[in-house]
Amino acid sequence: MLKRVMSTALVALVMLTLAPAGDAQAPIKIGVIQPLSGPVAASGNYVRMGAEIARDWINARGGVNGRKIELVIEDNKSDPKEAASAAEKLIVRDKVPAIMGAWGSSMTLAAMPKLEEYGVPMVVETSSAASVTKRGNPWVFRISPPSEMEALGLEQYVDRLGVKKADFLAVNTDWGRGSIQAFGDMLKKKGVQVGAAEFMEQSATDMNAQITKIKATGGDTLFLTTAVEQITLVLKQGQEQRLTRKIVTTGGSSSPTQLIKQAGAAAEGSYHIVFFMPWFPEAMPDGKLAKAFVDEWNKRGNPFEGLTEGFRGHDGISTIVEAIKLAGKDEPKAIQDALWKVSFTGVNGPIKFEKDGPAGKESGQSKPSIFVVQVRDGKVALPDFMKK
Amino acid sequence: MEQLLQHLVNGLVLGGTYALLGIGLTLIFGLMSVVNFAHGEFYTLGAYAAFATLALAGLPFFVALVAAIAAGALLGAICERTLLRPLRGHSIDTIMLVMIGVWIAMQNAELLAWGGVARAIPHPFPTAPLTLGPLNIAPLRLFVVVTAAALIALAWLGIHTTRLGTAMRATFQDRDTAALMGVPIGRIHTITFAFGSALAAAAGALLGPVFLAYPSMGDLASLKAFSVVILGGLGNLAGATLGGLLLGVAEELGAGYVSSGYRDAVGFVAIILVLLFRPAGLFARAERIG
Repeated sequence: MLKRVMSTALVALVMLTLAPAGDAQAPIKIGVIQPLSGPVAASGNYVRMGAEIARDWINARGGVNGRKIELVIEDNKSDPKEAASAAEKLIVRDKVPAIMGAWGSSMTLAAMPKLEEYGVPMVVETSSAASVTKRGNPWVFRISPPSEMEALGLEQYVDRLGVKKADFLAVNTDWGRGSIQAFGDMLKKKGVQVGAAEFMEQSATDMNAQITKIKATGGDTLFLTTAVEQITLVLKQGQEQRLTRKIVTTGGSSSPTQLIKQAGAAAEGSYHIVFFMPWFPEAMPDGKLAKAFVDEWNKRGNPFEGLTEGFRGHDGISTIVEAIKLAGKDEPKAIQDALWKVSFTGVNGPIKFEKDGPAGKESGQSKPSIFVVQVRDGKVALPDFMKK
Repeated sequence: MEQLLQHLVNGLVLGGTYALLGIGLTLIFGLMSVVNFAHGEFYTLGAYAAFATLALAGLPFFVALVAAIAAGALLGAICERTLLRPLRGHSIDTIMLVMIGVWIAMQNAELLAWGGVARAIPHPFPTAPLTLGPLNIAPLRLFVVVTAAALIALAWLGIHTTRLGTAMRATFQDRDTAALMGVPIGRIHTITFAFGSALAAAAGALLGPVFLAYPSMGDLASLKAFSVVILGGLGNLAGATLGGLLLGVAEELGAGYVSSGYRDAVGFVAIILVLLFRPAGLFARAERIG
């Protein structure tokens, strides 16, 4: 008899110790979906590094609502199908109350139906296609600028850039197609002639056909929209074919420092739209925060060229944590409501969501700061027209 | 017209590299009936071997090419001895699954060893193009095409003029009879697989500096190699060479005159047509190697 009581007690004890001891002390999980392998892996890894800085800073300050945060990071392999299953895995298996992701527009768009299905909010840190916030998915909150916003940001500089006839070369994804549309509309409105609009597959490495075609249009400026790996290849192959154009990259994923390193002289003179200027952090809206971020990044030995991408991870995680703080709990619905009230300054600048998309099912869209830099004498510089 | 000429030059240069990828694969399939899904990974291996010798060790380009070929041959031989030899006589499906496993394992090993960030491989050639009238071609690309042509010619000569080559062809025609005549079938298979893998690695070392090296670069290479082999006919060296050139030019012209968004589609439409009308390959005669 005693033996039986003892064994029952033992079983009860074991079960008690194994049962989750409330959640008060357990860390709050935040899901992260990024391309950590595949053709755009560099960018995804930089975003991850930025997210880890935000996590460590927040935890060093004591976490949020008295709890630490933990990042559950999934690789979408630069593939939309993988992005959707990563979202499902994070929500169903890891039970994360909020996600940051998924870098490329096609990957983000593929993950979005899962957010609606399970009711979990996602902060979109990189994607530029207009459709991300136009689909009527109320669980989407974007802190990166859609291509239209970027094009409008560039509009004031078109005359001083001396663009008379523009050609386009973009990656054949939602992002690239959306970008050609947005920049094309803006340029046509400014009276600029629009020549060729060429595409390349995300995994393509040989762009000579497109470059030969673009060369024949006789334009003066090439708008280039893709990730840094392909920008490197286009610059190098453009040089091989003596393509003499002003090159303007859009989307903020150009990492000029990496281009200088990998494309060398082929990068000289090119212009890049960026959303963070780590070369002159003091020129950012919150100079102190930007400087601290650059210092921490360097201290960790992260590659400097990743900073133009890495800040997105920091700002995305900070946005989610800000919402968890306002919500006072880590429930998906409460975080979604709280995201509408978020208002703070990240590395890029102020983050505050406005409604975008079909009425009643609006997504959140913040209005990020946009900058243009130029590669000059093998260094990144402010173009003359940007100087105040 | 000038544009057409430039497109043709681009297409031939690209096609030459496709051919180099294709002949290794066609050799392995033709001789061993192994559908080598890991072919692209040997290409990646070659690119990283070149990166290690050129960027890390600072050795000359020629050494990098030799190192890549050696690495490809060695790993190919190990792969054949440990995985394929015990499976000889098993169905082609079983072997296909094993090769898919090798593909996944190698790609992830590369990811683990080198990280996901693309690497630029330095090369000693000037970056300014050679200009001939309206035509431009980078010295590095010219070197790549010439080397590729040399390697293809060497492979052809090896198979047609040497004793080993004769043994390889005999094995392909009739394995049992060849064995009865004293051909060491096991060794022939190991050498064939090592040879095919070394050719893929050489392609990687040559093309790595033209493009960038990253762990998933082999996927596209595999896809192109399979396309070339289907175009040219399985086990057909000359077919693979012509198939490679044809695919390069078709893609280039498709991108130039149809739509660059459908660049890869043009290549695949060509393959569908070939499969429909000449299922044994564009250049198939009797079924034989060489």
